[in-house]
Amino acid sequence: MATVKSLDDLKRIREEALKKQQMKETSGKTEVIVGMGTVGIAAGARETLKTIMDMIENENLSDIIVRQTGNIGLDSFEPIVQVVLPGEEKVTYGKVNPEMARQIIKEHIIGGKIITEYQIMG
Amino acid sequence: MRELALHILDIAENSISAGADQIKISVNEDFLNDLLTITVEDNGKGMDAETLEKITDPFITSRTTRQVGLGIPFFKAAAEACDGTFQIESEVGAGTKVASVFKHSHIDRMPLGDITGTLQTLIIGTPEVNWVFEYVVDQNCFVFDDQPIKETLDGVPLSEPAVMKFIREMINEGIQDVRQKVSSTI
Ligand SMILES: Nc1ncnc2c1ncn2[C@@H]1O[C@H](COP(=O)(O)OP(=O)(O)OP(=O)(O)O)[C@@H](O)[C@H]1O
Ligand SMILES: [Mg+2]
Repeated sequence: MATVKSLDDLKRIREEALKKQQMKETSGKTEVIVGMGTVGIAAGARETLKTIMDMIENENLSDIIVRQTGNIGLDSFEPIVQVVLPGEEKVTYGKVNPEMARQIIKEHIIGGKIITEYQIMG
Repeated sequence: MRELALHILDIAENSISAGADQIKISVNEDFLNDLLTITVEDNGKGMDAETLEKITDPFITSRTTRQVGLGIPFFKAAAEACDGTFQIESEVGAGTKVASVFKHSHIDRMPLGDITGTLQTLIIGTPEVNWVFEYVVDQNCFVFDDQPIKETLDGVPLSEPAVMKFIREMINEGIQDVRQKVSSTI
């Protein structure tokens, strides 16, 4: 009946996460936002976001806040991904498929270098 | 869209846009009566009767009407293509309930698809909403409520890698559990 996962497991996870946080100097959080309007969803935005979440999970990337938002308002560029590094301006990428999403995480979020060829404004 | 899970995501986006902070998604596979029912229920700002009529009437849903979108007509068409029905109830200031019924065995019925992916997107991506997911297959039921998870986390973000893994596995196991129980009783 009861699922294998319990809230006790989650308590342990929480404590680990807090320990990890204490060891690091707080450098702020990176925000990743994926547009999830009807057009975005039809263009594959969920798969793009799923790729980002899987990568955070598999590569154990802390301090990234993942957000989804209904309407970025650039239908022809969906799926749209926006990245905000701590203290920096928002960078908007267009037509982001899972492969591009992986690249954006590696080069921009981890490496700190904007991929200008995928950028659509700013 | 090729999956019902993508329609669910899209309909839930409407609830978020309506300012809901409690959203319940339920999927009911009723093999005995050959029905598949999907409902999305929210406590958002709701709609008046005039708006309600506009978004469900295909003749008034013209593309030039800016206020009318694609999400609801798409979902309605998907249900009606499978001998199904589409229903939307709403009350201003109280909330909205969207319900779609499909003939389960209909050849044109889209697969449920990646329900876990849809829920992860909503739960992790919109942490300010209390998400409840109910999955029923015949008489077996799995209920996921993210409230106790958030209480336990007490400030640790949902997008922490180990937390994301926990939530993904919890939903996957819950769904599989319900499906296995059903196949083992047949
Ligand atoms: N749960 C809800 N609560 C309140 N209003 C809603 C809800 N769902 C839909 N609406 C209203 O109905 C309209 C049409 O919804 P629909 O999903 O068809 O299109 P949309 O969300 O406007 O655009 P999109 O094409 O991106 O989905 C919305 O703009 C909104 O005004
Ligand atoms: Mg919509």
